[in-house]
Amino acid sequence: MTMATRVDGRKADEIRKLHIEAGVLPNATGSALVSLGETIALAAVYGPRMLHPKHLQASDKAVLSTVYSMVPFGTTERNRPGPSRRSIEIGKVTRQALEPAVFLAEFPKTTIDVFINILQADAGTRTAGINAASVALADAGIPMRDLVVAIAAGKIEGEYAIDLNGKEEELTDCDMPIAYMPKDNRITLLQMDGDMPLDDVRKVLDLSMKSCMQLYEAQKLALRNRWIKAAQQQEARTEG
Amino acid sequence: MIIDEGYIAALAAKGVRADKRQPFEYRKIEIQHSPFSKPEGSAIVKIGNSTVLAGIKLGVGVPFPDSPNEGVLIANAEFSPVASPEFEVGPPEEDAIELARIVDRGIRESHAIDMEKLCITAGEKVWMMNVDIHILNHDGNLIDASVLAATAALMNAKMPEYDGEKINYDVKKKKLPLKWKPVAVTFAKIGNAIIVDPTFEESKVLDAGLTVSTKDDGNICSIQKSGSAGFTREEIDMLLGKAVEMGKELREKLSHDASILKF
Repeated sequence: MTMATRVDGRKADEIRKLHIEAGVLPNATGSALVSLGETIALAAVYGPRMLHPKHLQASDKAVLSTVYSMVPFGTTERNRPGPSRRSIEIGKVTRQALEPAVFLAEFPKTTIDVFINILQADAGTRTAGINAASVALADAGIPMRDLVVAIAAGKIEGEYAIDLNGKEEELTDCDMPIAYMPKDNRITLLQMDGDMPLDDVRKVLDLSMKSCMQLYEAQKLALRNRWIKAAQQQEARTEG
Repeated sequence: MIIDEGYIAALAAKGVRADKRQPFEYRKIEIQHSPFSKPEGSAIVKIGNSTVLAGIKLGVGVPFPDSPNEGVLIANAEFSPVASPEFEVGPPEEDAIELARIVDRGIRESHAIDMEKLCITAGEKVWMMNVDIHILNHDGNLIDASVLAATAALMNAKMPEYDGEKINYDVKKKKLPLKWKPVAVTFAKIGNAIIVDPTFEESKVLDAGLTVSTKDDGNICSIQKSGSAGFTREEIDMLLGKAVEMGKELREKLSHDASILKF
């Protein structure tokens, strides 16, 4: 596969500038902010907490609920607040991307609520949201089998490239987001729209999974930094 | 969430607060200008642990028949469930709508923006200005934080270019015709004690609340009384004076730029 030249000068296998911060919202049980270039996703986790009405409860495990939404000023043209068919579908695939990672049987009859807010949309919002949700769940101290990392790939001028930005997304003729649990080698989200030969789909999967490992390290580092900072603050308090 | 109402009320009666503030003392206020690139203007405001985003989006639309040569202001607020275990998914409820309307009146009634300058062709095309408030963390006094965020976003907003047919959001240069900087000051009455900038706990036990928005010349541009108890005439006189005085201090903070969220 040859390397595409891209509007922002990145290489085909290069993700945008990445920043992950855990524990950004005091009220939430866990939270995280993820930015990939101009795309910014915030996730908050509340729970495990009681689930009402009772008929929604599962007697043997927690219910994981995910809501994906976008702020009205996060796009080039203002987008109307409230659920859309798109946001409902993304909420569903996000839940199914995260479910395999969470030990839900530890918390019967409860709900673990994951709220994802896209603060700014410049392509790759569902994958940014999954990364944020993964770190927020870990930040909440919810037992997990592994972190869930996610990235999307596409095609620019006949060449495949990772993590398209908004300008590139307007031109691409294929889009393939994946979510992945590296430790057990489990792909937990896979979507594709486009028109691609089988071999190319395999190549793009390779490309995406390589970037996933980079995100995996970044997620772990963000969690480590969050607890180092918390420990320092604790120390400062006991000294003061 | 369990709140010890008796404890907070007993503290208030003694003139003290759980976070050791004076009755008429704000929590730490931080403002970050233009954290986002997509909206025409944006701001993050923190008052203590309350965190609020404001974003301004400009579009082109048809003016109202009764003001054919004026732009249109639309304020909206969303209490996202990320912000509090009390907030649920769904359309804005009465608190969010009240908040949006107070933000709206603060901007509209103060004539903060010269709406006639947002007219493109009288009766046909004007700028539609959406001011959206998004709550990220609720620790009380969302109104003052939201009005500050909206005003900060109006200050840093840049208008996209419009060639008569299409808006070019890639080129934003001109500032909005901002004349005044409205700010809101919110008081709470707990028993007979009165405080400013109530926290989440304090607002849960308050008997009455009063929000007063003022502009740079000290004029008052909106008042909202809330809660199920009343204020005496003397209390109102005192609080209106305080609101003008404290509004000045808040307005000074608008020229500072903190780094709250890093991307």
